Amino acid sequence: MSMQQIDTAVVAPDRSRRRLPPELNILSVLLGVALIFEVLGWILQGQSFLLNPQRLTIMILQVSVIGIIAVGVTQVIITGGIDLSSGSVVAMSAMVSMSFAQIATDRAIFPALTDLPAIVPIVIGLTCGLLAGLINGALIAYTGIPPFIATLGMMVTARGFAKWYTKGQPISFPTSEFAAIGSGIWPVVIFLTVAVIFHICLRYTRYGKFTYAIGANLQAARVSGINVKAHLVKVYAVAGLLAGLAGIVTAARAQTAQAGMGMMYELDAIAAAVIGGTSLAGGAGRITGTVIGTLILGLMTSGFTFLRIDAYYQEIVKGIIIVAAVVADVHRQKKRSKA
Amino acid sequence: MISERTLEAVRTYTRGKGDDLLVVEGIRKEFPGVVALDDVQFKLRRGSVHALMGENGAGKSTLMKIISGIYQPDRGRITLRGEDVTLDSPLAALEHGIAMIHQELNLMQFMTVAENIWIRREPKNRFGLIDHGRMTRMTRELFERLHINIDPDVEVRKLSVAARQMVEIAKAVSYESDVLIMDEPTSALTETEVEHLFDIIRKLRGQGKGIVYITHKMNELFEIADEFSVFRDGAYVATHDSADVTRDDIIKMMVGREITDMFPKEAAEIGDTVLSVNGLTLDGVFHDISFDVRAGEILGVAGLVGSGRSNVAEALFGVTPATSGSIRIRGRETAIRSPRDAMRNGMAFLTEDRKETGCFLILSVLENMQIAALHNAHVRGGFVDQTGINRLCEEMKDVLRIKTPGLHERIENLSGGNQQKALIARWLLIKPSILILDEPTRGIDVGAKAEIHRLISRLAGQGVAIIMISSELPEVLGMSDRILVMHAGRATGIIDRDEADQVRIMELAAK
Repeated sequence: MSMQQIDTAVVAPDRSRRRLPPELNILSVLLGVALIFEVLGWILQGQSFLLNPQRLTIMILQVSVIGIIAVGVTQVIITGGIDLSSGSVVAMSAMVSMSFAQIATDRAIFPALTDLPAIVPIVIGLTCGLLAGLINGALIAYTGIPPFIATLGMMVTARGFAKWYTKGQPISFPTSEFAAIGSGIWPVVIFLTVAVIFHICLRYTRYGKFTYAIGANLQAARVSGINVKAHLVKVYAVAGLLAGLAGIVTAARAQTAQAGMGMMYELDAIAAAVIGGTSLAGGAGRITGTVIGTLILGLMTSGFTFLRIDAYYQEIVKGIIIVAAVVADVHRQKKRSKA
Repeated sequence: MISERTLEAVRTYTRGKGDDLLVVEGIRKEFPGVVALDDVQFKLRRGSVHALMGENGAGKSTLMKIISGIYQPDRGRITLRGEDVTLDSPLAALEHGIAMIHQELNLMQFMTVAENIWIRREPKNRFGLIDHGRMTRMTRELFERLHINIDPDVEVRKLSVAARQMVEIAKAVSYESDVLIMDEPTSALTETEVEHLFDIIRKLRGQGKGIVYITHKMNELFEIADEFSVFRDGAYVATHDSADVTRDDIIKMMVGREITDMFPKEAAEIGDTVLSVNGLTLDGVFHDISFDVRAGEILGVAGLVGSGRSNVAEALFGVTPATSGSIRIRGRETAIRSPRDAMRNGMAFLTEDRKETGCFLILSVLENMQIAALHNAHVRGGFVDQTGINRLCEEMKDVLRIKTPGLHERIENLSGGNQQKALIARWLLIKPSILILDEPTRGIDVGAKAEIHRLISRLAGQGVAIIMISSELPEVLGMSDRILVMHAGRATGIIDRDEADQVRIMELAAK
């Protein structure tokens, strides 16, 4: 049989393995944006943008919370879903965890439960997020409503809960142990740790393989023996848990919790994931890309502030960049389907 | 004076040997890792039907996509009516009079037939608004010319597949196209519908159009095509008049080798009953299905599309569990409520629709192969043993001769036959004792088909119990030890290999 001949005739040399990692594109965007600000910095402000470690630290600190959420949201988007509730879950978790992290004052929410070890509010905050995520996941998996609607419902409900919790009053005076979580570069450390853990999960564990499979073809995933419903619940629960963690970090860093915290964070997180190359069609995306996407968002905010450009312009430009990222994604998909 | 007969003869002659309408020379097209076409030529004459033959992945569809402006060639020349043309978009091709009728129909479901045909060219009234009355009349005239009987004002989604195809053809004709490309137009049509389609094709040929006809079906070639070209592995092989050759000649040209062992059923040792199904019922879909399958046995399942064959397979595998009846595996009553349950009991299921329920198209060949095996083996503490599984997949790739630039290639870049082999590999990696195959060779070229048949035979030889659903009677007859025939959700008979022939099966299937 002449199969061997055919093999050599059709198959050109293997180039698929030598392809550059897809993050390189996004990384070059990050460097490009940084360079633009550097040049503009010298022209408009007469100083360097990048050679200021303090500014860069603040920049990363500011986006760490978004980054923690984005790691969860990336996983949701890989399954082909979306999570609009994370910003509200941040507020809910911030409020609830803070109420168990107070020192004894006459204005404490639970006067009998003050000066608790930090682990208590942490566990409670994480549980809050986890529950919200579980509800999202269960609604999507078992009632069949679209993720957009299920998490939109949670977005409104969790925000409402955060307001109802203290009738709109902020909660302050945390123990120093709790406040330490948000101090210094701890938020950055937490963000990067979370990113590394879930990068490994997505690439090297069964959890990750199943997540991509569900996003690539839900029917085929089912026939391959994956319990799709249970897995979706897991993924949304992880996203909720990370939003809860982000809430704790936010509250600890501000040393106060308010019902208005985390407003629109869900959109920034989705933007970070999408800029980082996660496909809204599902089945493709990487945590490394999301981390870079988060940094791009941070760089933009920091750069505009540095150039003393009005905050309103920042939002306009951010909107354009998000759309551009999706256009690039669609373009990539077209190129693939042609190849 | 020239007699009427002479004139007719001249007409026939010119029709048979019309001028060159479209000439393609030296076309090359490369995709990442694969040369899809290399130095390909093709010549289409006026007033002729030209069939393109070749295995899947031979390059027919790629060539047609180049001619209809979807792909740009890396090299080569396209001459239309004697002039060089550049076809850089489907619209440009259309404006040059080249129209493609796609395998996947491209009509807008919620718009009417007339709106679909005249889209972008709607007749306007004096206020600049669309003149629906005139559009309907124009559609009627067009349909009359082609003897098509469809209401122009009905929404496309309400039409049958055959009717939609007629609409597509009418649309192509409405552009006054000279070159019409049809990609396997009969794959979803009934026999009468095929006849109607052929009538239309003959009419178009009589009007001097050139028709390119891609098909896998040999009898269609002899019925409708004047000449044909054969492609193999991205290269042009030959062009002949279809009257001059036999079926075997064409097969030889297509595969470049003789296929004598198309259904290489080997005698396998039949062992104990592995799967025993009793009174299996899914309300409203199938009723009271009972059969046994033994180790080493291939049970063929025949029946018309819609007879419930695939539903039984889906019930066995827990995709849509049955409502009543019993499934015994190795003598033990077993409840199967999900694919996972079925896999735990040693079952594997190659689904009917490769794209919809089989492949993860955007993922790599490796990811596609390993997914089912990740349930039990190859995972420690949640972590995938990627080195180990890579080695197994590489072996599988070699054993099954999966043609791919590498395991990291996206599966969507592989040909249908190679995708199917990768999916079979997915299931072999879990070492099943019961293998359910639903249309294992649908849409696959002749060479890959024979390989898959040989593989199925070999698996039976190793003691796997196999259930094989197929619409191709020669396949069922050639491969099966016994054949279960279904009609309208019921089992109408189980025939032994020695007693089975096409007539008996059709009698039971069409009861």
